[in-house]
Amino acid sequence: MAFLEIKDIRKQFQQNVVVKGFDLGIEKGEFISLLGPSGCGKTTVLRMVAGFESPTAGQIRIDGKDVTVLRPNQRNVGMVFQAYALFPNMTVADNVAFGLKVAKRPAAEIASRVDEMLNMIKLPHLAGRFPYQCSGGQQQRVALARALAHKPKVLLLDEPLSALDAKIRVSLREDIRALQRELGITTIFVTHDQEEALSMSDRVVVMNEGRAEQVGTPFEIYNQPATKFVASFVGTLSILKGKLVDAAARKIRIGDHEIVAGRGTLSGRPGEDCAIALRPEAAVLENGVDHHALNGANGSGLNGQGRNRIGGTIEEVHFLGSVVRIKVKVQDNALSLDTFNNPSAVPPQRGAPVTVSFTPADVLVLEAGA
Amino acid sequence: MNPASQSRIGAWIAFVVGSLYFIVPLIGTFEFSLRLKRDEYSFEAYRVVLTDPKFLSSFGYSTLMALITIVIGIVLVVPTAYWIQLRLPKLRPLVEFITLLPLVMPAIIIVFGYLRLYNSSSWIPLTANERSTDLLLAFSYVTLALPYMYRAVETGMRAVDVRTLTEAGEILGASMITILFKVIFPNVRVAILSGAFLTFATVIGEFTMASLLNRPAFGPYLQLIGANRAYEPSALAIIAFLVTWACMGLINVVGGAKRQAKRA
Repeated sequence: MAFLEIKDIRKQFQQNVVVKGFDLGIEKGEFISLLGPSGCGKTTVLRMVAGFESPTAGQIRIDGKDVTVLRPNQRNVGMVFQAYALFPNMTVADNVAFGLKVAKRPAAEIASRVDEMLNMIKLPHLAGRFPYQCSGGQQQRVALARALAHKPKVLLLDEPLSALDAKIRVSLREDIRALQRELGITTIFVTHDQEEALSMSDRVVVMNEGRAEQVGTPFEIYNQPATKFVASFVGTLSILKGKLVDAAARKIRIGDHEIVAGRGTLSGRPGEDCAIALRPEAAVLENGVDHHALNGANGSGLNGQGRNRIGGTIEEVHFLGSVVRIKVKVQDNALSLDTFNNPSAVPPQRGAPVTVSFTPADVLVLEAGA
Repeated sequence: MNPASQSRIGAWIAFVVGSLYFIVPLIGTFEFSLRLKRDEYSFEAYRVVLTDPKFLSSFGYSTLMALITIVIGIVLVVPTAYWIQLRLPKLRPLVEFITLLPLVMPAIIIVFGYLRLYNSSSWIPLTANERSTDLLLAFSYVTLALPYMYRAVETGMRAVDVRTLTEAGEILGASMITILFKVIFPNVRVAILSGAFLTFATVIGEFTMASLLNRPAFGPYLQLIGANRAYEPSALAIIAFLVTWACMGLINVVGGAKRQAKRA
């Protein structure tokens, strides 16, 4: 039995069903992210675990105890809010001590625990300050310390990084993960930022329209998306439209080029519409344009190294720092590819003809025989 | 002349005309209040007023009524505004409408309604003796001051995101009572004080309700003096005006201190 069990929960606001039969088991000490677009129900699931919303149906158990109908103050969970939610009338130390005072812990224990928590978030010097005297990052660290001070069984993080600037966000997410590992606390993290979810989590739950589309490790979610939604939501995808050539041989024609698709179900008759997806990092820009090779050796669609090759024209070049994202126009399709920035090389030029290659295993069929 | 300069001059003209409109009558009243003694300016009218035992008793009575009104108002309005914000946001327009009614309904109608409902032969005979009539007057004042108290408290609660603070308190194990007293009250203190000062300023010079309920308040005293004396009413008007402005000043001082602390 999992430490935190969410069994077939459903939440309905009047006619609007926002969570539909959501199931999840979380092991003790596990870090789980709920990832999805706005309105997918991830925050509602979190709020049901916290006790701020009651499920219309289903059950929530923490450490074997049914908490479905318990009030938030009876569940022994900690929560960090997007807007910090520190009490403005209290100092940092008083904020951290609040949960312990409410639990009527002895004064000496409260003082020592507050010191311990402030040292843990590396802000012992802010004990006497008020929240408005701290930066956003500091406030969120204090909120984290406050949520952990009373030793909750589960930590809930409701988009705690979204109000912070990019640099602090990265450093704080590393700190949160390190702290979570150190304390071994079971954690649910809600975010719509895939980079946060993939970099921090033991497992990611991708949600869409109130359901879990896929539950898996970040590696599985990114590399083996179970549904079209997961494939398109997590990471960047180039979607190329083409015509089926031979379903058995898994051949598809994209413009003038025949390619071989390695993943996804491919069925239907030759000439039917289909679509494939390709990650930017899977495509490689090759030097020069070899028109003979583009048509595929022996009509196989593959070159001698077993790679698909298609030709196109550079449409856009986006310099992102360490990475350069190049958009290549392949007749009616657009394909994005990422290359590492090379300061000593000439940057790709717009309008230049190029050849792009990728392996069949990189090609995921999205629609075929439709 | 560029449009920015023109608009600045226009603003200054409007400010000066507006100021004169308010200040000239005040200066006139003040100047008149100093003329009790023939051929010289003096504060004799103020001395007469301030040493009049009826002034002290009526002012003291109204001050006490204002304090009682403030306490009842806070007890009534703060939990109501909190609950509306937290659990019943759909009721907000209705409650706002109800709290604004005293502004559009003449006080004389409200007090006649009270007299019909709570007269000595009714089920709740609040006019049966002086103490219960005092209570009825305090309730009337609560109604009268409701628009100011509710709006001040509601605005304060919106500014501090009551819902998230309540949830933060709840998840840390606190009961609703603890959250209300330890988290919400301290964070809307300035708003409550603003409402309290506005209530005080409203109650201290109120005439209609106190007069029709036959209570010895400052408003009826002002009217009585105004009907029988020449210079003292002007002195009283200036005193009442100063009390009101002192309340407004206190709102600014308290609000300003809080803002300054936040900037520090």
